[in-house]
Amino acid sequence: MSFPTEGVHQSPTGIGGFDEVALGGLPAGRPTLVTGTTGSGKTVFAVEFLARGISEFGEAGVFVDFEETPTGIRENMASFGFEIAAWEAEGRWAFVDASPDAREQVVVGAFDLGALVARIAQAVRTVDAKRVVLDSLATIFARFPDPGLVRFELARLVIALKELGVTAVITAERDQEYGSIAGFGVEQFVADNVVILRNVVERGNRRRTLEILKFRGVPHRIGEFSFAIVPGEGISLLPIALIAEREHASLERVSVGNAELDRMLGEGVHRDAVVFVSGPTGTGKTLLATTFAAAGASVGQRSLLLSFEESREQMLRGAQSWGFDLEAMEGAGLLRVLGTYPEEASLENHFVTLRKLIDEFKPERVAIDNLSALQRVSTPRGLRDFIVGIASYLRRSEISSMFTSTTATLLGPDSVTEAHVSTLTDVVILLRYVEVAAAVRRAVCVLKIRASAHDTRIHEFTIDGEGMHVGPVFDGMGGILSGSVSPWSIAAEPSSSSRAGQ
Amino acid sequence: MYVTGTALRSAVAVGNLRAICEALVRGAYEIDVVDVRKQPELAEQDRVVATPTVLRLAPEPPRWVIGDLSDRRLAALALELADPEAPYERGA
Repeated sequence: MSFPTEGVHQSPTGIGGFDEVALGGLPAGRPTLVTGTTGSGKTVFAVEFLARGISEFGEAGVFVDFEETPTGIRENMASFGFEIAAWEAEGRWAFVDASPDAREQVVVGAFDLGALVARIAQAVRTVDAKRVVLDSLATIFARFPDPGLVRFELARLVIALKELGVTAVITAERDQEYGSIAGFGVEQFVADNVVILRNVVERGNRRRTLEILKFRGVPHRIGEFSFAIVPGEGISLLPIALIAEREHASLERVSVGNAELDRMLGEGVHRDAVVFVSGPTGTGKTLLATTFAAAGASVGQRSLLLSFEESREQMLRGAQSWGFDLEAMEGAGLLRVLGTYPEEASLENHFVTLRKLIDEFKPERVAIDNLSALQRVSTPRGLRDFIVGIASYLRRSEISSMFTSTTATLLGPDSVTEAHVSTLTDVVILLRYVEVAAAVRRAVCVLKIRASAHDTRIHEFTIDGEGMHVGPVFDGMGGILSGSVSPWSIAAEPSSSSRAGQ
Repeated sequence: MYVTGTALRSAVAVGNLRAICEALVRGAYEIDVVDVRKQPELAEQDRVVATPTVLRLAPEPPRWVIGDLSDRRLAALALELADPEAPYERGA
């Protein structure tokens, strides 16, 4: 079956982040197959599709439950704040209960699902539904002896749904995360639009993803997108897709809190910049993050300092040793310091919590120390989604942000996070230990900064009770970023900076 | 008996049910045919999914049989109108 590529409208679902990935919503007036293994979130997706239709778009819905009873659905979904019973009383939600029951059903001879189709059509008419959910098809196959007959009947049901002009979500089970779309060959009759929900374990970490496999005649984003199932809210996709959609870049510049570093950056960074600080342990990343947040608060900008590595108390103590009184800033309502451990929640839930925090506190600056700690509870792809999601969210809100990450080795450049993330950020500040004449010293350099001139040379820096001090350029030496310094024997390589430094 | 419209299958099913009743409980039965397209609210009430579906209301407890009852012997047994031990004599 094929549809014309034009004239297919999309119906926004209202499911957090989904409509961005779907570039508008589900194909309107058509059925979409939502498949996934047990526990992948199909029913939550389906229920939220109807709930958002009612609460956000004034569209009534019909829920056809093959699996659970209406009572079960009402109870299970109450935790998301969906007031199904109230909507039923208002005539905006109707159940068609096709769940298995205790009645003994004997099949003798041929049959069809005419009664089900008639009941659905009646329910759609009664509440004037624009949305219909069928959840989930596997159960109906289990109830009747002939899968071929059930498949044929369901195909007729799908045609009936199209004739009713409703936007439908049909869920179906699949038994493996990567493989055939769904069991019982259901993709044969609802193949035009397919969304796959996955619940995969990669390197011991669980990750939920959503993929739009196809929307016939409707553009959509491709690939797997991480999502969380959030109590009180529903499904929340990480808006990774939004990274490219930068409406306008800010030209206003803000200080990172250190005058010398500001100079290296070319008078601070753009207000909507995402600054990435990378270095081995002990080089001063937490100091830079703290300085960045405190600098915001000291000029009256609300700032958020979040640590995935240290407790709040540790953060406050550390700041005090560098001369920052963070508690006073908090008292003035300009700063919030939070310490949380990665293990406290899944990465997706950390994302949602952080986003809520940002929405509530409305900071102008956010510093997050340290992303590498999140590797403990994440896959590389999951972490990348998280960082891109946060970065794009902050940038869209024109919030200045700084993320830190730890390089795996004390000397040298390698870091998984760094390799994945630096392409997504505007500014990368590298902190390194260098060995010079049998002594370990610290080096700082600015790797890239979008749309502005900066000092590309490598400077030495020190840390004392007043914070970070950027010193002179490591002159006449090479191999600093690799960690082991050697004097330049040939002066053929010109200095990469055209600016006069010291 | 719930049926959908006036399709051939509906007529076959009603005919089979009537034949079974005539053979086994003549004069002591009443068949009410419900078209789910005309009375979907009844189907909703009884939570009927498939058609044809026979709902034997009396005697208690109710019995449900789905299908066109083309195997009358089996249908009679499923509706508990025939003694499973007794040989089936008429109407088949």
